[in-house]
Amino acid sequence: MTQTTDKVPTDLPEREYTVQGGGDWQTILPAPEGESERLVVNMGPQHPSTHGVLRLILEIEGESVTQVRCGIGYLHTGIEKNLEYRNWTQGVTFVTRMDYLSNFFNETAYCLGVEKLLGIEDQVPERAQVIRVMLMELNRISSHFVCLATGGLELGALTAMTVGFRDRELILDLFELITGLRMNQAYIRPGGVQQDLPAGAEKKIAETVTLLRKRYKDTHALLVGNAIWMGRTVGVGYQDLAACMALGATGPILRATGLPHDLRKSQPYCGYEDYEFEVATQDTCDAYGRFLIRLAEMEQSLNIVEQCLDKLSPGPVMVADKKIAWPSQLAIGPDGMGNSLEHIRHIMGESMEALIHHFKLVTEGFRVPVGQVYSAVESPRGELGVHMVSDGGTRPYRVHYRDPSFVNLQSVPIQSEGGMISDVVAAVASIDPVMGGCDR
Amino acid sequence: MGIEEKLPSGFLLTTVEGVAGYARKSSLWPATFGLACCAIEMMATGAGRFDLARFGMEVFRPSPRQADLMIVAGRVSQKMAPVLRQVYDQMPNPKWVISMGACASSGGMFNNYAVVQGVDHVVPVDIYLPGCPPRPEMLQDAILKLHDEIQHMKMGAHREVQVRELEAAALTATPVEDMKGLLR
Ligand code: SF4
Repeated sequence: MTQTTDKVPTDLPEREYTVQGGGDWQTILPAPEGESERLVVNMGPQHPSTHGVLRLILEIEGESVTQVRCGIGYLHTGIEKNLEYRNWTQGVTFVTRMDYLSNFFNETAYCLGVEKLLGIEDQVPERAQVIRVMLMELNRISSHFVCLATGGLELGALTAMTVGFRDRELILDLFELITGLRMNQAYIRPGGVQQDLPAGAEKKIAETVTLLRKRYKDTHALLVGNAIWMGRTVGVGYQDLAACMALGATGPILRATGLPHDLRKSQPYCGYEDYEFEVATQDTCDAYGRFLIRLAEMEQSLNIVEQCLDKLSPGPVMVADKKIAWPSQLAIGPDGMGNSLEHIRHIMGESMEALIHHFKLVTEGFRVPVGQVYSAVESPRGELGVHMVSDGGTRPYRVHYRDPSFVNLQSVPIQSEGGMISDVVAAVASIDPVMGGCDR
Repeated sequence: MGIEEKLPSGFLLTTVEGVAGYARKSSLWPATFGLACCAIEMMATGAGRFDLARFGMEVFRPSPRQADLMIVAGRVSQKMAPVLRQVYDQMPNPKWVISMGACASSGGMFNNYAVVQGVDHVVPVDIYLPGCPPRPEMLQDAILKLHDEIQHMKMGAHREVQVRELEAAALTATPVEDMKGLLR
């Protein structure tokens, strides 16, 4: 191993070619005996079919894969570290950028944790919880659309991509209407949500749900039973229940083995126990099963959104405690978006106490009692958990995310070793990792 | 009936630079360099509603050797920076870079150990596009501005003169920290 001579030895075996440019590996490491067909190939981190900046290190013999390992960390952003330097409310702005396809789930998991630490879970208004559930379910649909779109793109089904992005735009329009942003909203805040729904939002949501139902049929007709799509996915990426348990895989991967595990049912949060929906399962353990589960979940999510619309009743959207509730009362003025005039009038002219609260909350933030908590939600990719520790200050001592993309990526070897190279792509697409969530 | 029917007759005079610029700008081939959230908006720009095909650039090339525009969409981590540079080096000249989003342009909100504080530490950038993430319309606007720049790019000896002029102009321009007043 340590044979690093400058001089090239003359008694070399026949020349090998490695992927990383140079052919000088022989001078460092002699070729292993009797494995002339073995080739190590790097796929990624910059590769169109690796679902983001994932690097796959493949050991191949001919067309078949003997070993796969994932190289991650190409999108490590240090978000967890940054959280320790921002107050509890500002944290939402960071966590929403972790898994950028399921941002409302990141925000909710975080806020549920903070609320548990503060002991105010019961005080969060009903309307805020309904809005949270509604946004999460819309988000689940949009995330599954992207999974379908990029998964289709990676398998060469370009129509799936255009269809997926077309329908996702409808949901982004809703997000924009409600929160003002298409992505990375930071809308769900500790204690409730940032703003109430704007006028006319409910009608728009209902219209969109109707339209999505109609288009859902097209997507269904396009892919379910499609011979090429099935040829690429049926029996590919096999992972049974025992393997899921050993590796901690959750989400559609686990449900494709027939186990109806869904945190929305098994440990409800945000009032999920009051909604009627089914947990979709399949028993094929393969990529096609996961795809079917995603489709079924989209339909269930549409049902939940409709139930949310029925449940929405007027009321506050933030806890009443003025020591916690963020004083954001935004309005559009002649010079753009800013604090509403009424709020300014209130804090500047009417109530000294309100001014103090506003000042304290904005400059310093609220204090959270000492303790630690784990809160988990069912994100489109599986169990999204947050472990947060508070030392009693206005900033977290530590926040750690258990991101399903990170955990599920362990399944890549078990799903694709022994198969063909092209099946690796299908397997990774069916896991649907989002590297932003995985690397954070 | 197009413009060619309206022309008087015979021949049409233009410059080599004009023709080359027109050809270059009308078929930019972007390399896929999606990194984070911004990449999703970049894909949305390529998809149905925003439809980059209208500007002759819907083919996102998986191979950098076939691309001449790199849209750096997302945060560049320290681990990704060498990869990014390698992809840039593999692209043939002439090539352009759009730095999409706050993260790629300046590190954005992540001023920490992990994120490169602006992709211009690694590759030369032609257009900085603010936003977190920029809307697809903003990306299109950036692309159209880049088209304009490409159209008016000089070649050969003219290019050298142009570069020198631009440098002289940049030296006398107002520094950013002296730009006071409202941003409008
Ligand atoms: S600028 Fe914003 S949207 Fe773009 S990569 Fe950075 S955090 Fe994500």
